[in-house]
Amino acid sequence: MPIQHLTDSIPATNGRQPTLLVQDLAFHYPDGHEALKGVSLQVAPGEKVALVGPNGAGKSTLMLHLNGLLQGKGVVAVSGLPVEKQNLPLIRSKVGIVFQNPDDQLFSPTVFEDVAFGPLHMGLPEADVRARVARALAQVGMAGFEQRLSHHLSLGQKKRVAIATVLSMDPEILVLDEPSAGLDPRSRRALINLLRDLPQTMLVSTHDMMLVYELFPRTVIMDEGVVVADGATQELLHDAALLEAHGLERPYLVTVTTAG
Amino acid sequence: MFMNPIFADVLWLHVPDGFLSPGIAIFCWALALLAVGLAVRNARETFDERLVPLAGVMAAFIFAGQMINFPVAGGTSGHLVGASLAAIVLGPWLGILVMTAVISLQGLLFQDGGLLVMGANILAMGVIPALVTYGLYRLVVARAWRTRLIAVAAFAWLSVMAAALFVALGLGFSGTSSFRLAVPAMLGIHALIGVGEALITVAALSFIMRTRPTLLAESAEAGGKGWIVGGVIVTLLVLLLSPLASSFPDGLEWVAEENGFIHTALDAPYQLLPDYTIPFFGETALSTIIAGIVGALIVAGLTIGVVRLLRTRRHA
Amino acid sequence: MHINVFDHYHEQTTAVHRLDPRVKVVVVVLFILSNALLPDGVWLAYALMGLLIWLAARAANLSMGFLVKRSLIVLPFLLAAITIPFTLPGTTILTFHVGQHALSMSDAGLIRFISIMVRSWLSVLAAIGLTATTPFPDLLHALRHLHVPRVLIAIISFMYRYLFVLADEALRLLRARESRSARSLAGKGGGSIWWRAQVAGSMIGQLLLRSLERSDRVYNAMLARGYRGELLTMTTHEMTSRDWWVGATAVTLLLLIQVGGHTFL
Repeated sequence: MPIQHLTDSIPATNGRQPTLLVQDLAFHYPDGHEALKGVSLQVAPGEKVALVGPNGAGKSTLMLHLNGLLQGKGVVAVSGLPVEKQNLPLIRSKVGIVFQNPDDQLFSPTVFEDVAFGPLHMGLPEADVRARVARALAQVGMAGFEQRLSHHLSLGQKKRVAIATVLSMDPEILVLDEPSAGLDPRSRRALINLLRDLPQTMLVSTHDMMLVYELFPRTVIMDEGVVVADGATQELLHDAALLEAHGLERPYLVTVTTAG
Repeated sequence: MFMNPIFADVLWLHVPDGFLSPGIAIFCWALALLAVGLAVRNARETFDERLVPLAGVMAAFIFAGQMINFPVAGGTSGHLVGASLAAIVLGPWLGILVMTAVISLQGLLFQDGGLLVMGANILAMGVIPALVTYGLYRLVVARAWRTRLIAVAAFAWLSVMAAALFVALGLGFSGTSSFRLAVPAMLGIHALIGVGEALITVAALSFIMRTRPTLLAESAEAGGKGWIVGGVIVTLLVLLLSPLASSFPDGLEWVAEENGFIHTALDAPYQLLPDYTIPFFGETALSTIIAGIVGALIVAGLTIGVVRLLRTRRHA
Repeated sequence: MHINVFDHYHEQTTAVHRLDPRVKVVVVVLFILSNALLPDGVWLAYALMGLLIWLAARAANLSMGFLVKRSLIVLPFLLAAITIPFTLPGTTILTFHVGQHALSMSDAGLIRFISIMVRSWLSVLAAIGLTATTPFPDLLHALRHLHVPRVLIAIISFMYRYLFVLADEALRLLRARESRSARSLAGKGGGSIWWRAQVAGSMIGQLLLRSLERSDRVYNAMLARGYRGELLTMTTHEMTSRDWWVGATAVTLLLLIQVGGHTFL
């Protein structure tokens, strides 16, 4: 699918290049199912954005476009670099996607090998790779787990290591799919703290509205392949009609504050 | 203590170290390497960079699938061996690779099957069943699915019998067991194990035919026509040898003959290089290894020759 | 339940554990090879091979009880050789009467049977010792360094990783069947054999489709982290002079026992 070169005409946000730019992105699967019907979205450097919407809204399909695993019609660009075949190696080091199931993300026998996979395949020398692995594991609070076998980790630990596997690539934007799904309250809390502390630009798909409320100033709502709302989390979460129309829950805290 | 009860029924095809003579073990290794090498090359052509994750996960699937049993009768249970299912669903080349990974890991991690005899185990549980099941399956690919399923049941059963016969012959030629007893015993036990493999393979395939028929259409053509020839030849050999093998000359006699042959074979190079002697080192030890390698080279040469011949024919 | 029981690695920091895995692999393979090459009935040579195992187990702080228990896995296979004492010609030492038939056991046959048994057992002990002192990922590194084709090693490495995931999935399916049919895993179930096979077959079919989908997702996760068809790995082990010395000593001992086994013992 040819993608237009729009590098020059990419609109700047506040004079800065957006970290992520998606414009009129459309995609249908080989079976004809139309997953994305013209999605447009921009994420500025340093922004933390929540992506919510019911199952089948197209969130995961959108994520697969951000590093070129899927390529549809329209524009996707990361820091001004269009997502195209010849740019893929660079794009993939800039966009760190953490998939929902850490058992898919962690495919190597040991934690070290998994965290080293990205930098190693970016062609970095071994000393750099080791330094990055150590730093990424320290960032997610898993230093010292290098030689552990992935299948011996708890789900919460696996999720942390999964995040480390992309942090080690030093990405410009972190894209996370359902990071808090299936976690017990304590691991969920630890994960929220971790996401809060990470300085990277973030786009996080989730059903966990409390997480959205707590962590993300801005929320994008998707349904049936289009963006139906994009704005300040505070405002969107108070719009009961909007949330209900797209099958989303209002977090309890918001309900209480609205009533009071 | 965890003793891997899962594999109790499949164990008979996992030959441990020490049960095959070194010559035969190394001979089998060489053949297995040849087959696996071909499998890697062909599977790479088809699957490209997807090969590693696909084969790895599917090998883990076969391992997990072997845990799913069903009670047959009298306290015994039916199990999946897996080679037939893998060959039909994934195609023969990928099937062989997947079974090779399963056998290697079981040998390396669980000592389920030896290391020196791993080549023989790869042939028995990977290559031979792929030849029999897939080779014969290609003959019925175009039939109605009910016919295909019934045929697959027969092929899967036959593939287990072929593997059992192969192991029995290996034991017999190694002088570990007498042909008179090993052949009927192995075939007898595996006639039952084969029923389990046949039932479960067919049941799994019918599930896949109902839910994802396209999958089977893709893999049906994954191997060339040569597989039919190979499958038919191995099947004929099994049918021919099963009744005959029990009357083969017994164990050590054959080993003795083998050694005699080796000594004559080795005399030639010794005469060419009169100084070439290894002090203190038992001649038998070295000579069996060399004999294994020489034998394997001859077979490999023949195989490559035949493959080349078939290729040029096809192109002509 | 988690399938962690599969792992037989015993975490410790003994000299044997720290030995370069390449040395361990090569020595164990040579041990098994020289075992197989020893002739029948050289008891002293077998004893020396056993002594090597015992010394290695001592140094690795592994109990012989553990090794022996694990090694029982070859027991059933001994049946395959059980006929040898009765079929190999030699001096009769024992005769069993079974009804009208007489089975006579020959000395040569008995010696061969015991020799096969001992050699096989020693080989299994050595292999168990290897897995008990070497984490499996290190074992794979060693094989890679020893030029086993990389594709194969990569496939085995992925299999090792997903073994646990898929075995857990299989156990969940088994438990679901169990809770619906109210019977134990090994117990006799209802329905015809074909019906029971169909239940198991559907579970396997389901597992297969899920595994295929998983392999797709794993492939995507690899691509997302820069995989382009070639799997790169780091050099994780360096051979030290100690590794060389231990390896050379072990090989020399094996050679000596081999020569002895063929000439004096």
